[in-house]
Amino acid sequence: MTALLELKDCSIQFGGLKAVDAVNFSLGDQDLLGLIGPNGAGKTTIFNLITGIYQPTGGDIFLAGENLKGVPCSKIAAKGIARTFQNIRLFSSLSVSDNIRVAARLHTQHGFLHALGRGASFRKEEEEVQETIMELLGLFNLQEFADDPAGSLPYGSQRRLEILRALATKPSVLLLDEPAAGMNPAEKEELMELIEVIRNTFQLSILLVEHDMKVVMGVCKRVVVIEYGRKIAEGAPADVQKDPLVLEAYLGTTHEMVGDADA
Amino acid sequence: MAWFSRHSRLALGMGLLVAGLLQMFSGYLDPYYMRILQISAINVALAVSLNLVNGYTGQFSLGHAGFMAVGSYTAAGLTKLLPEAVPFFAELQPASQQIWFLIATLLGGCAAAVCGFVVGIPSLRLRGDYLAIVTLGFGEIIRVILQSNDTLGGARGLNGIPRLTTPFACVALAVISIYICGTLVQSTYGLGFLATRDDEIAAESVGVNTTRCKVNAFVVGAFLAGLAGSLNAHLLTTINPSHFGFLKSVEIVVLVILGGMGSTYGVVIAAVVMTVGLEQLRALNDWRMVIYSLMIILFMLVRPQGVMGTLGVDKARAKTKRKPV
Ligand SMILES: Nc1ncnc2c1ncn2[C@@H]1O[C@H](COP(=O)(O)OP(=O)(O)OP(=O)(O)O)[C@@H](O)[C@H]1O
Ligand SMILES: [Mg+2]
Repeated sequence: MTALLELKDCSIQFGGLKAVDAVNFSLGDQDLLGLIGPNGAGKTTIFNLITGIYQPTGGDIFLAGENLKGVPCSKIAAKGIARTFQNIRLFSSLSVSDNIRVAARLHTQHGFLHALGRGASFRKEEEEVQETIMELLGLFNLQEFADDPAGSLPYGSQRRLEILRALATKPSVLLLDEPAAGMNPAEKEELMELIEVIRNTFQLSILLVEHDMKVVMGVCKRVVVIEYGRKIAEGAPADVQKDPLVLEAYLGTTHEMVGDADA
Repeated sequence: MAWFSRHSRLALGMGLLVAGLLQMFSGYLDPYYMRILQISAINVALAVSLNLVNGYTGQFSLGHAGFMAVGSYTAAGLTKLLPEAVPFFAELQPASQQIWFLIATLLGGCAAAVCGFVVGIPSLRLRGDYLAIVTLGFGEIIRVILQSNDTLGGARGLNGIPRLTTPFACVALAVISIYICGTLVQSTYGLGFLATRDDEIAAESVGVNTTRCKVNAFVVGAFLAGLAGSLNAHLLTTINPSHFGFLKSVEIVVLVILGGMGSTYGVVIAAVVMTVGLEQLRALNDWRMVIYSLMIILFMLVRPQGVMGTLGVDKARAKTKRKPV
């Protein structure tokens, strides 16, 4: 069986710094993999490599067997990889629903001239997009905020909106970069349920970067641990937590891992 | 406002109808006011089209006068210089002359659009101030080329261009520009422009080809500026390279900023008010530009977000600063 997403000896170097160093892991169909590691380990950089924001200086990334080398960011989204950002990156001057609409645009057929002509088939598609948006907003109970500027939403809702925006591209792989950061315990509980709901409803694979070990333990059956750009462990969260290398990476205490990490 | 966005095609039809009615009754209206109306309409087209690039797509172009120049000279070349060389074009009846004028104007727009494409390319790599400098350079290059080209009249420019611009043409161009730029950003397709402005990396990550969006904005903006340039040339009947300098570009940028960087209606209001206002100040001679500048400064102090601005100037500026990924 070929993996859905596979990193093979993937590396990137910034000047003298090997931010990601020969990392290997793979993600199966409808899989859920946690990616953890101390601050500055290279987790976000791995996301940036997968989504084509950076090109690896070594190794390869495969999506369903296809090498993503040289594929630009917007094409990678079209191939089915969507993500959220550690520091939320919404289109803050656009409304909540327009944020999702930008992502839904990926699967619309009508272009420049149609948008000017506004013919029947164009308007039909616009209505379908609108329905998709409301369905997605319904998933996270955000319908009532549809017309508000995205920047005016509370922090937790902004994070959820970012997930919805990613889902609107109909991805097969969803990368979540610290989705629980800045959320209160109740919101975290809700988020953990949502992650499961998303995976089942949309039948996609999730790669989850998260500092909060309660969240990671709660949703992932398998985690990869990164330190200084290298993979130091992989396995079930409970086993990995006992791994001496991992304990050392987290300053020898599990306390650090369970405690809340800041964004 | 909301009505206009929902029934944009109807609004377009009504706008063109108004343009036609104006044309029908233009004989009864004061020629001085008709002239101001036409200049206002041309300025509306210029401001609205620049707003697509600077306001909606978040690029900083300072070269709009350059696109205007390309449109002006191309069209005027076809309506003035060509008839001087080819008798066939000199003997056109008024009706066929108007058709030839339409073709010349469209070709002027296309020539400007090609330049827009060429200038749009650097926008893929440059942002903010750097892009502004490149577009500024483009405008100056066009000006210098025109100045040193004797066929096009050199520094004296072209005089005796046939006065073919009609009130209908000007108002229709303004209405069409508003329609194009206004409806585009209402559509799912056009949201790509706004997303590119708000956050390029996020836009790319959801599949928006920001490169295409930026180049498209430049091409459409330049095309409309080229049309406006042609109408302007055939209204004033004389053009010369100094009309299309840096200051003209700045003048249009000012309209976009006053209008609120990204609000088509605001930009329309700014263009009309400024054109009429400057016309009223004509009696003040030298003091005119001083008052003009003071008015702008005062306005920006009182209302930095522009006439209609939903997107504040400050916010637009903050956006050019890049966040870490
Ligand atoms: N564009 C870049 N240029 C230079 N260095 C970079 C760049 N991007 C990331 N780095 C470096 O790579 C290392 C890994 O950073 P990264 O953001 O991936 O860490 P992280 O695991 O996501 O950490 P955190 O948990 O704090 O989010 C850091 O040392 C960072 O400074
Ligand atoms: Mg990170």
